[in-house]
Order: sequence, then C-alpha cells, then structure tokens
Amino acid sequence: MFSVFRDLIRYNIEFAIGLILVGAVVIFAVLSYFSPVDPSLIYMAMPDQPPSGQYWFGTNSRGQDLFWQLSAAFRNSLIFGITVAVLSRIISITVGLLSGYVGGWVDRVLMFINDIFVAVPIFPILVLFYFVLRNNMDSFTLALIMACFGWPFDARLIRSVALGLKHREFTRHAVFAGMSTPKILLEEHLPYVMPIVFSTFMANMLWSIGLEVTLAVLGFTNLNNPTIGTVLYWAISHSAIVVGVWWWIVIPVVLIVMTFLGLFLLAVSMNEYIDPRSRLRRMGA
Amino acid sequence: MHGYFWFVGKRLLQLLAVIFCGISATFFITHLSPIDPVEQVLGRLSARSNLSPEAIAATRAALTEMYGTGQPILTQYLNFWTRLLRGDLGPSLLAFPTPSMELVTRAMPWTLGLLVTSTLFTFVIGNLLGALAGYHPENRFFQAFGLIAMGVQPIPYYIVAFILLIIFGFLWPVLPISGGFAMDVRPAMSWQFIFSILQHSILPALSLVLVGFGGWFLGMRALVSNVVNEDYVTYAGLAGVKKQTIVGGYVIRNALVPQLTALAMALGGVFSGTVITEQVFNYPGIGSLLIDGVNYGDYSLVLAVSTVSITAVALAIFIVDLLHPLLDPRVRTE
Repeated sequence: MFSVFRDLIRYNIEFAIGLILVGAVVIFAVLSYFSPVDPSLIYMAMPDQPPSGQYWFGTNSRGQDLFWQLSAAFRNSLIFGITVAVLSRIISITVGLLSGYVGGWVDRVLMFINDIFVAVPIFPILVLFYFVLRNNMDSFTLALIMACFGWPFDARLIRSVALGLKHREFTRHAVFAGMSTPKILLEEHLPYVMPIVFSTFMANMLWSIGLEVTLAVLGFTNLNNPTIGTVLYWAISHSAIVVGVWWWIVIPVVLIVMTFLGLFLLAVSMNEYIDPRSRLRRMGA
Repeated sequence: MHGYFWFVGKRLLQLLAVIFCGISATFFITHLSPIDPVEQVLGRLSARSNLSPEAIAATRAALTEMYGTGQPILTQYLNFWTRLLRGDLGPSLLAFPTPSMELVTRAMPWTLGLLVTSTLFTFVIGNLLGALAGYHPENRFFQAFGLIAMGVQPIPYYIVAFILLIIFGFLWPVLPISGGFAMDVRPAMSWQFIFSILQHSILPALSLVLVGFGGWFLGMRALVSNVVNEDYVTYAGLAGVKKQTIVGGYVIRNALVPQLTALAMALGGVFSGTVITEQVFNYPGIGSLLIDGVNYGDYSLVLAVSTVSITAVALAIFIVDLLHPLLDPRVRTE
C-alpha cells in the first residue's frame, strides 16, 4: 500500500499536484474546527472589508469573516462529498461483486436495475425532492438521495473486474476449501477492486460536490448551512461583482477550482495507475 | 439482421422500464411527502390577498378536486397515468389557465436546440482532436491542449458559465448575456430573428462546449493511445495499409465504441448542465421553467417538466444506443 503511494508520487506528476491541491484545501477546511466565530451567524464583523491583515479574505456584505466562512463551507462540502462517496461505494461494491461472482439471473436482474439508474436523470429528481421537502432537506438527506444515484456506473466497472476474478485459480481453491460466498467476496475479491474503488471515490466526490454547488446556487438547498454552493448563492444574491466586492466571488472560485482540479487529478492518475500498460509506459519500463 | 432486432427489442424494453420507473418516482416523491399541494397553494394565495373564510373553503374544495388529493394513493396513481397518457397534467399556476404541458412544449425547442447542437459539436470535435492527440503523443500543440482540457474539465458548469458571464458581461461586453432573442425583434421567420437567436445562443452554447469538451478529448486520447499499441494496428502498418485508413477505420472506429456508451451515460448530466446554463443566461428553455415552477410552488408545472425531461433523456439514450451496431458489427451478428 505504502509503496504504491510512493510510486505514484515519484512517477506521476499529476498525482503529486493533485495531492498538494487537495491537501491544501483539506488543511484549510480542518482549520474551521478552531474557528473563533460561528459561521452561521451574520453581522459579526464590519461588512464589505477588502482582504487585510485582520480579515485575510475580507468580509462579505452579510458581515461575515470570509476566511472562517469559507473554511467552514469547505469542511461541510468535503464532508458531504465523502458521505456520498462512502455510501454509494458500499452499494456499488455490493452490487458489482455480487453480480459478477454469482452471475445468472442475479446478474441479469441487478444489471437491469443498474441500467435504469444510469438512465434516469438525477437533476429533476433532486429538484423534486427539494420541491416537496423544502427546508426539511438537510445535507445528510441530500447525501443519501445522491448516494442512491451515484453507484451504477462504478458497479458496472467493479462487475467487469469481478467477472475476471471468478475464473481465477484462487477463487476455485477458496470454494473447494469451503469458504462462504460473502467471505470470498470480502476477503478474496475485494482487495482486487480496491484501486477502482479509490479512483471512483474521488470522481464521485467531484460529482456530488458539483451537484451540491449547482443546487445551492439555484437556492435549492438549506441556505443557512455554509457550503461551497451557499457561499456563492449569497455572493450572487448580493450582486457582489456589481457592487465591487470582488473578493467574495474570486476567492471562493479560486478555492473551488483548486479542489476540483485536485480531486480530478487524483482520480485520473489513480485510474491510469490501475491500467498496467499505461503505468509501465510512464515508469519507462 | 436477426441479432439487430434482438438488440433493438432489448433496448426498447429497457427504455420503457426507465420511463416507467422515472415517472413513477416523480409521482411517489411528490405524493408521499407530508406536504399537501392544496395547502401550499392556499398559503401562497392567502399571503398575498385578503380572502374570506368561505372563499378559502371554496378554493380548497376546487383545488382538492383539481389535484385529486382526496382519493387513496393507488387511485391517484392510476389517474395520474391516464391523464399523463393524454398529455394533460393540469393547469399551471404560474400562467394560470395555460396547461402546464403547453408551457413545456413551448420551452422545449429552445432547450433541444441548445442541447443538441452543443452536445453534437462537443462530442465530434472533442473526439476528433482527442484521437489526433492520442495518435501523435509527441505533438507540442496537442500536449498544450491536453493540459488546458485537464484544467477546465473538472470545473463545475456553474462556475464556467459564471466566468463567461463576468468576462462578456462586465469586462468586454460584446455578446448579449441574457434572453433567447433581442427585445426589439419580432419572433418571425426573418433573418433578423434567426440572427438574434444565434447571437444570443453563443454564450450558453459556449459554456456547455467548454465544460463538455475536455472529457471527450481526454477520454479519446487515453483510448487511442492504448488502441495504437494493439497488434492489429502494428500489423496493418507493416502490411502497408494507408495511414488515413488506419486512423479512421482501425483506431478511431474501435476507440469510439466506449465513447458512444459514455455519451449515453453523460446525457443525464448534460441535461442538468443546461438547466444551470439557462438560469445563468436567462434562456427561455425548460430549465428556466423548472426553476420558476419550484420557486413559485407550481405543482403541476414541476411535475410536467420532470416527466418530460426524464422521458426525453431516456429517449436520447435510446437513440444513441441504436447507433451502437453501426460501429460495432458484433452487436449485429450476436
């Protein structure tokens, strides 16, 4: 595990850049646990102050210190992304391994359901949920709904690996040694799909955080909970650019681009590492 | 030929299942929630005007009849389907007596026009350039292109649209940033009107192209760089097959099969991107309608937009899937 990590940093410049970007954002988000102010309160500081020694990122028109505001927002968004990713990974691993190993009608039924989930557009569904739940929709409910839609593509990927593992020697040995099916899946097959799980984990976080930003910017989430999306929502509803409070837009956008680029680079470089052909080409072997 | 019919039949079944499940989901999400549309509308009405208790009771009775919320849920479900098959989802509250389906059909051409052109353009150009970049990995121009694509691709739709809005709205105002056509142009089949539509669609389309392009480019580059090393490509090269034939018929054709699958899978996401784009650029499409409907609490309009968009996305995926056998002969003979 550790040597894989070392190889990735040494031979893959994209991975190293992604790690630095995501690391910086994570540290920034963790700082929010030491925040001197409650980020959900408004008018705690002088409004519309440009970045200075006292307010590093300036303050917004709602009288919030943007540094701590953004720090809390990124923490909430990252936690949200991780929640969605973990929940949907559980579904996709279960479905993928089961349908690949068991096969037969189980496989056909699961993949039929899988294909339905791939084809249903999630955005109208999410808007509908907001439409009926309104402000009862907290970020965990939203994460749960998104997790229900974030698994099918990855389940198919895992299934394709599991199909290959099924006919390998060690699986047959395990079966003859009397291992139960769940045990084979968890102890024998799961380690082989872990690289895919990690790489899709990042891609899934990108997807869910992006969708949350989209919903929040339209005003379709709980707007009092600071997240990346709601910070932008408030900046736009106060016409920050027109008023001249540029730092309220520019600083979040820079941080968002850092986060997304970092997660994307991590996902892409891990994906490349999974494929031995492209890995060897990069290492110059 | 037999195999092709099998393939189409299977896909058709899947299409019907997707539409059925999606629309059922929209029904149950809206009807099993504790929030009653009748009370919501009443709350909105009484917040704005002073109604007598009798008028409220009468309105409540009328609304309950209109939404049919008094009946058991299964009856409501059956009624919903029979009405839907007749294309009737009740009047919209946003533009009162107008049926919500009529609002949706009026907005549909805008969204379809924007979506189809930008998706096709993005897919074709992205894949073509990606294939060339994969075939010529040493080319400096394509390497720089790859870096840019990698930088732009992960940025969410909203941010890209917003950056374009700032650049072309505030810093360098040369393009119209809002609406579907200019206010002073009469909607008719005139050159002036068509020109105005095109001019107004540049920025929304550009934002969609910018975001979508990178994914196709990077995906195709990775696929092609793997296909190029396959034995049959080396063999064709040694056998003296013309380079154009190798690139077009051997490399791109084989690499395009997974990309077509990816296109079918991406369509749902492209749709949600359009909603944002329409909102940012105030484009009169189905996405703006959805957002207005939600903000106004317009029950039947939101239902109409979601059912239509789920059906449309499923149909689009079906059409893309039908193209599959053209590229991959194995599907035909299976």
